[in-house]
Amino acid sequence: MPLKPVLTANWADERAWTLAAYTAGGGYQALDKALAMSPEDVVETVKASGLRGRGGAGFPTGMKWGFLPPPDSADPHGGKPRYLVVNADESEPGTCKDIPLMMASPHTLIEGVIISSYAIKARHAFIYVRGEVLHVIRRLQAAVAEAYAAGHLGTDIHGTGYDLELVVHAGAGAYICGEETALLDSLEGRRGQPRLRPPFPAVAGLYASPTVINNAESIATVPAIVKNGADWFAGMGTEKSAGVGIFSLSGHVTRPGQYEAPLGITLRELLELAGGVRAGHRLKFWTPGGSSTPLFTDEHLDVPLDFESVAAAGSMLGTRALQIFDETVCVVRAVLRWTEFYKHESCGKCTPCREGTWWLAQVLARLEQGQGSEADLDLLLDQCDNILGRSFCALGDGATSPITSSIQYFRQEYVDHLTHGGCPFDPAASTLFGQEVRA
Amino acid sequence: MSIEEKTYAELREIAARYPEPRSGLLPMLHLVQAAEGCITPDGIDACAQVLGLTAAEVSGVATFYTMYKRHRVGDFHVGVCTNTLCAVMGGDAIFERLKDHLGVGNDEVAPKRQGDQYSVSVEHIECNAACDYAPVVMVNWEFLDNQTPDSTVRTVEALRAGHAVTSTRGPRICTWREAERVLAGFNDGRADEGPAAGPASLAGLKLHATRAEIEELTQLIDAPRQGLGLEGGND
Repeated sequence: MPLKPVLTANWADERAWTLAAYTAGGGYQALDKALAMSPEDVVETVKASGLRGRGGAGFPTGMKWGFLPPPDSADPHGGKPRYLVVNADESEPGTCKDIPLMMASPHTLIEGVIISSYAIKARHAFIYVRGEVLHVIRRLQAAVAEAYAAGHLGTDIHGTGYDLELVVHAGAGAYICGEETALLDSLEGRRGQPRLRPPFPAVAGLYASPTVINNAESIATVPAIVKNGADWFAGMGTEKSAGVGIFSLSGHVTRPGQYEAPLGITLRELLELAGGVRAGHRLKFWTPGGSSTPLFTDEHLDVPLDFESVAAAGSMLGTRALQIFDETVCVVRAVLRWTEFYKHESCGKCTPCREGTWWLAQVLARLEQGQGSEADLDLLLDQCDNILGRSFCALGDGATSPITSSIQYFRQEYVDHLTHGGCPFDPAASTLFGQEVRA
Repeated sequence: MSIEEKTYAELREIAARYPEPRSGLLPMLHLVQAAEGCITPDGIDACAQVLGLTAAEVSGVATFYTMYKRHRVGDFHVGVCTNTLCAVMGGDAIFERLKDHLGVGNDEVAPKRQGDQYSVSVEHIECNAACDYAPVVMVNWEFLDNQTPDSTVRTVEALRAGHAVTSTRGPRICTWREAERVLAGFNDGRADEGPAAGPASLAGLKLHATRAEIEELTQLIDAPRQGLGLEGGND
């Protein structure tokens, strides 16, 4: 299966981030096409394309847009204002696609924001980008300013009478703000803690108004769909997982990086393109969609990376964040570190996650040091059982994924820590500069 | 030190960007850090006053987010990614070496030595969305890709000595307080520095170009045979 650059196609262009380069490559043509359509037709086009959310959950984007309540006919202003919020808080360990997208071609996202806002009849949109990526924020701010100056944003866009304001909003370091309702609280100037649903954001989102919140890659895909048509997009990928997506290969591969391909490609195919696992080593375990998706092993090289196939194999496609670990990596160390991450990032709102992630980290740390007993593995699984499905949001669920899957596939490796009296692995062997570390 | 009137004006300007002023609180706190060097009681009071909130309400937000510092950081704040992937590929070794080199612990400022132009601080950070460039180090939230312990120590020494250091995928690195001002929404006009993308970001694209060229050649080679009907049933 070949690669298919769509979103990544212009990343190597000279000064790709500028309006001039983007326009020269055909940018903002989709906006003209969309503005000539009715908003409803744009929604229908996105529905028909089969685009599903690229932020991990895979919810159909057009359907999400369709959940907005119809404008209030009794109110001359049509009722409460509607908002579009872009989730560019990319923080899931392993996920690294939206950041290079916004760095290289911020206008792709901005054109998507304008078309999507027009489709859902929003007059105010926000890009919530994590704060820890300074140059990406610079590029977004500059691109938005260029788009205003060119008349793509502001009042009476392209003479159609449509008005849109777009604000680039920098976060301040909190993984939980990638959860859509926590993001909305954060955007309202509060601690980023998730909200009870229902009501869903489509009904009561930002400022309790109807709000669509989509991942940056999802919104950035909209211009290509409008430009090339729903059939073009639906014709790629699989029947239920349409289109292309950016696959991010990282870790022990020869050529880590971004590989844009139709959904349904396999890790075996991607690894072949990326030059394989680093020389002299073999695949041990990997994440299909970030650290919150259950681990896969070399048994899963041929699982088609689409939503259905990955779920059927016991994990989740997530954000297509393929973190590759070879045989030098201790799975217990890897899982402990992820668990410490979830513990640190738990927002504290609900007890199962706040307390549970602390207990998980303590028991795992004990095991990693070769202390405790084999019964601790059952204790861990019991703790996971008390967190999964009992937490307020998906952060708690995600925290259990690496633990349960690693015990499923590598139980013996946990036991080896106990018999060995500590970690049997040499941490220098997994680094890219073993000689420098050992010296 | 009380907040200057210019900063108050800018805080009000941030709040005015939003349909509801409180939405400006996160960027406003970034501006407080630019003006004050960290989140100070005066800065909290200023945000509270502009937004009509209590200091406790603002404080409750400021303490939730890791980018808000309640103590001074260095002119250059070095974050070493020690989340799993970067850690196993060398992040742990970089972090240990850096702490050892600077003689500080996590989230501490290395004292400025005689002759140093700038101070540096170090902390371990979580995944910064650059896993294809692991191990990753951030300086004032600019990317330093594919780092080693040696390269990081060299960078830190260059920063302390006042030499210009450029991000591997971005601009010349500015001071922490200048960076915080950009995060508050006041662009510094330097978006055009640095490349569009680093090599790993282009890995698939470059491969595709090569493959496309190969496919084109293959088609040219196959065309005469297909024309003769020697190849049938291709899908």
